[in-house]
Amino acid sequence: MLRAIRHKNILPAFSAFRAFSSSAKEMTVREALNSALDEEMSADPKVFLMGEEVGEYQGAYKITKGLLDKYGPERVLDTPITEEMALICLLNILQAGFTGIGVGAAYYGLRPVVEFMTFNFSMQAIDHIINSAAKSNYMSAGQISVPIVFRGPNGAAAGVGAQHSQCYAAWYASCPGLKVLSPYSSEDARGLLKAAIRDPDPVVFLENELLYGESFPVSAEVLDSSFCLPIGKAKIEREGKDVTITAFSKMVGYALKAAEILAKEGISAEVINLRSIRPLDRSTINASVRKTNRLVTVEEGFPQHGVGAEICTSVIEESFGYLDAPVERIAGADVPMPYAANLERMAVPQVEDIVRAAKRACYRSVPLAATA
Amino acid sequence: MWISKTIFNHFKSRLNFTPNYAPLSLLSPRRFASTIAQNPSTFNSIHDANQQVIDFPGGTVKFIPEMRFISETSPKRIPCYRVLDDDGQPLANNFVQVSEEVAVRMYSNMVTLQIMDTIFYEAQRQGRISFYATTIGEEAINIASAAALTREDVIFPQYREPGPLLWRGFTLQEIAHQCFSNKYDNGKGRQMPIHYGSNKHNYFTVASTVATQVPHAVGAAYSLKMDKKDACSITYFGDGGSSEGDFHAALNFAAVMEAPVIFLCRNNGWAISTPTSDQFRSDGVVVKGQAYGVRSIRVDGNDALAIYNAVQAAREMAISEERPVLIEALTYRVGHHSTSDDSTKYRPANEIEWWRLARDPVARFRKWIERNGWWNDMAESELRNSLRQQLLHSIQVAENIEKPPIEDIFNDVYDVPPSNLREQEQWVKDTIKKHPLDYPENISA
Repeated sequence: MLRAIRHKNILPAFSAFRAFSSSAKEMTVREALNSALDEEMSADPKVFLMGEEVGEYQGAYKITKGLLDKYGPERVLDTPITEEMALICLLNILQAGFTGIGVGAAYYGLRPVVEFMTFNFSMQAIDHIINSAAKSNYMSAGQISVPIVFRGPNGAAAGVGAQHSQCYAAWYASCPGLKVLSPYSSEDARGLLKAAIRDPDPVVFLENELLYGESFPVSAEVLDSSFCLPIGKAKIEREGKDVTITAFSKMVGYALKAAEILAKEGISAEVINLRSIRPLDRSTINASVRKTNRLVTVEEGFPQHGVGAEICTSVIEESFGYLDAPVERIAGADVPMPYAANLERMAVPQVEDIVRAAKRACYRSVPLAATA
Repeated sequence: MWISKTIFNHFKSRLNFTPNYAPLSLLSPRRFASTIAQNPSTFNSIHDANQQVIDFPGGTVKFIPEMRFISETSPKRIPCYRVLDDDGQPLANNFVQVSEEVAVRMYSNMVTLQIMDTIFYEAQRQGRISFYATTIGEEAINIASAAALTREDVIFPQYREPGPLLWRGFTLQEIAHQCFSNKYDNGKGRQMPIHYGSNKHNYFTVASTVATQVPHAVGAAYSLKMDKKDACSITYFGDGGSSEGDFHAALNFAAVMEAPVIFLCRNNGWAISTPTSDQFRSDGVVVKGQAYGVRSIRVDGNDALAIYNAVQAAREMAISEERPVLIEALTYRVGHHSTSDDSTKYRPANEIEWWRLARDPVARFRKWIERNGWWNDMAESELRNSLRQQLLHSIQVAENIEKPPIEDIFNDVYDVPPSNLREQEQWVKDTIKKHPLDYPENISA
């Protein structure tokens, strides 16, 4: 199992360059998540954490650092597969177990926040996420509400191979009864995690390992303990008028970089940070496409039945007449993630892919067939 | 994993060991401050080689020079606790007495369950409901276990335990509403028949998934413990359910988390067509408890008093000692798995008949209460007739009530209905209004 590798030593895929005023406070995504958990646990005694390594080890990625000391073992539960890295092989069996137990605690009025070391391991527990959490309120006719949050890193990291790199946004977002959120910046991380914990419905909270160490400026409003972002609202990270680029999680950073490159070539791109995959903010996306008339969707996950496919359909259903070009869909390669660094780089979208797609959307005014 | 030279040398000098023993490498994993470090200096330094022990992670173990495998089976099966013999006579006087009121109530509920099953099964055969699963042969487990609990104890059923719901006051009419999925079903017609659930009765909604309720019960028990409630959770599952991963994870977790949960396994011999000999090779389910550090007992599932006593004791242990308890109730599934099954295809009809008649838990308990002077033939026929009438009436009423309204397709997906579902609900209603002839009469906009 690759869990033995801790990613503390691996640098993020790129380091963001931010031209902000030096007096703005900065916060890493890790600090943002940690502070959000801390504040919500402080405000509501029913909130508790569960997962492997979340307590003694301070969290596999240190997201839950300090929380065991502050709130005690009754509220920060290390699940039986504990500090001993040698026991990691039992992890998969226990994944199923503690998700079910987390769901049981939620049924009884507690508000568990269950950490998956990565969402790849959520597959061991997916029966409980879907059949015991997502569908419970409906199947019990409102008698069983499950205010649980499943959180952890999602999608590709760096050099972790096929079984540690899959993106689960599309899988979970297809299921009614779940809410699916995916933050990009520290502001997103704080606001969306707080919203997820306070929400009475089960929420799948898809983080990104490579973003944990990234720093973003945060305003005083964001730092306030009552700060919360609405679920189901996307954010326009950068306004533009020529092409709409939708993205979530790490790809937002890539889209913003692409927008800078495109700006130099006279293309003004509008970058939408989805924030919420389910419910999808169709009205913001459609309003943007009606303005720019061109759309590029970006995601790291597999292309078939992905998030981009849903966005494309939404735009065709609601704003077909406004499109001046076919929708461009950028996704990860349709292969299990390879390990070798050069192959891995080819299997995930890069900034250049987004730039090329945006240009295609802007210059192509006749269907491909007509040019053949 | 590293070996501390100084500690190793200390050990070598203190013990007299022959070269046949591999030197003991000290596993001294890095520990965090708050956990108790393994202390190598607590070595047993007795020189007799047969009494060497070492503090491996997890505690002290003795060494032996014989290579001994633990047998896959015990020479004797774990014995089974029973209070009444097959003829309803107590075997000894050491059981918790049940008062006349409770005993008669238990018996009436067992009869109710028996008749309810017969009539609803027939209703399915007549095409009036789509599906049903009976509890025949397991009435004692169902009712006696519920009688030994309080209303505060949370129940996580599989799907062959409507008894506790009846015990707690769920009416036959409510059962009928659920089976007919009409608008009075408190499940809003969302589920197949027999998938009852009621918050009011602290009875968790039945789900078809096997054994998923077992870890849920552990989580709920943990929650009860955190709230310092005088209550436990109980979960039921079958012999088949004990093969699911969720069963193992749940028992393990319950032991580690010290959760006040009762695991009640109805080992009725069959998982649809799979006999227990194809289900596991252990001595049933009871022996699995110790493997997880869970106190366990095997009970005669057709003996209402044995179940009552065992569940009551288990409840006390679970709550006061903050520990899980496993009860394996041996019984026999007299009915088919469900109305989609014909069990005569995989087991002899005479075996089924024998268990139905000679080992009927209801008849056995009846003998005991009659001998106590608390019941008689007249009471019996009155009860059975009255129940029959009630049931037939409930079915007739439920059958003629409207089905749930359109709104019930769209609400409860989330706590607050999202805008897309509200829109769709409106479209559906508008379409039905516009084209009423395209829709069946029982769809009301």
